[in-house]
Amino acid sequence: MNIPADLKYTKEHEWAKLDGDLVTVGITDYAQGELGDVVFVELPSEGDEVGQDETFGTIEAVKAVSDLYSPVSGEVVEVNSLLEDTPETVNKDPYGEGWMIKIRLSDPAQFDGLMDAAAYQELIG
Amino acid sequence: MIKKTALNNIHHKLNAKMVEFAGYEMPIQYHSIREEHKRVRETVGVFDVSHMGEIEVRGPKALNMVQKVTINDAAALEIGQEQYSAMCYADGGIVDDLLVYRFSDYYLLVVNAANKDKDFDWIMQNKIDGCEITDTSDAVTQLAVQGKKAEATLQKLTEADLAAIKYYRFVEDELAGVHMLISRTGYTGEPGFELYFQNENAEKIWNAVFDAGAEFDIEPIGLGARDSLRLEKKMCLYGNDIDQTTNPLEAGLGWITKLDKGDFIGREALLKVKEQGVTRRLAAFVLQETGFPRHGYEIYYEGRKVGEVTSGTVSPILEKGIGMGYVPKDISKIGTIIQIKVRNKLIPAEIIKPPFV
Repeated sequence: MNIPADLKYTKEHEWAKLDGDLVTVGITDYAQGELGDVVFVELPSEGDEVGQDETFGTIEAVKAVSDLYSPVSGEVVEVNSLLEDTPETVNKDPYGEGWMIKIRLSDPAQFDGLMDAAAYQELIG
Repeated sequence: MIKKTALNNIHHKLNAKMVEFAGYEMPIQYHSIREEHKRVRETVGVFDVSHMGEIEVRGPKALNMVQKVTINDAAALEIGQEQYSAMCYADGGIVDDLLVYRFSDYYLLVVNAANKDKDFDWIMQNKIDGCEITDTSDAVTQLAVQGKKAEATLQKLTEADLAAIKYYRFVEDELAGVHMLISRTGYTGEPGFELYFQNENAEKIWNAVFDAGAEFDIEPIGLGARDSLRLEKKMCLYGNDIDQTTNPLEAGLGWITKLDKGDFIGREALLKVKEQGVTRRLAAFVLQETGFPRHGYEIYYEGRKVGEVTSGTVSPILEKGIGMGYVPKDISKIGTIIQIKVRNKLIPAEIIKPPFV
């Protein structure tokens, strides 16, 4: 199972990466594996406000549909439009090309409070 | 305790994702449901479907027994021929759908895994004198080899002339050195075969088939793709599209309902349905916008709920949401626009003439 050490994680299986005040968000390798073939990803629009632990979209796989939860609060400044036509990118490269949104972080403390790789590893066992 | 097929070790070695299905640990996917689906449509794939149930009916009254509990006309079968059929309750509701194979001295019923015990009990309850009923499911491995390259793959392994086996016909012959039943049937809508043989040969046959199919990029296929493949051809799945609350006529199975073959269980009720006309039909629909219709989602027409989705998926071939569900007869016409409620959003869908692909 791939759990990069330089990322932070949520218990809902999103990852978050901090770069300046921007947080890039996607779902973990474990999550994509559990979901199986992703067929649609529904994402917010640029400029939307999202709150920590609130849903920012949905991911539809062959077996089930799941909500996506935001690791932090802030404004959505970029969405990965590539996923509209090639949602399977989430399966192929969950930490790279399969990223979903970038959020301008409103409260840095929220990011620091997320799980690190070791804690996430423990969560998924 | 959860049952395992004779190929369980192989599935684990291939890192299949295993799930419990009908009391068996079965592979739902090996690496990707959608890629496995396309493999079968493009060349050839292999399914372990050993969980299916096999029930033999023997004895001088075997035909009478089969005729009593099934709705198709088994008397029309020649030796070496099989037919799609169903068993019904007295009220016309469906016990199970099945295949009936005619051998020279007995009939073989191949039934759904989840219904096997129920089916066996139902047959025993209605058993007539002069026949014996045996459940041979646990001894038999069943492989489905499906796709345009299935024949070319299997022909390398047998002296039997596979091209001469017509649709819904079978032979008993050696394949990869093992005596087996070779049947031109399947649940994918592609050309292909189903092989039935004793468990002890399972790994040997599996390996021989994969060696023979290597040049066609043969792949193992899980139950996930089995479901989307059958749905693209609008084949019914018991428990989703048909069950004890649906009758064969409204399910579009009038073509196997032989009301004039003589008496059988459910005939009177089905005759009445036929005389009065069905009130609803199992319709096939394609979503006109992005969405994933799922079992249980509501179907709307002109603002009112008219039914529920019985099976749905996003077709890997059409890349559109497809599905089926029962709707009132007057709404079931080809071209009618209905709506499917996909998570609080009503998505328009057109009723089409099946199959989807």
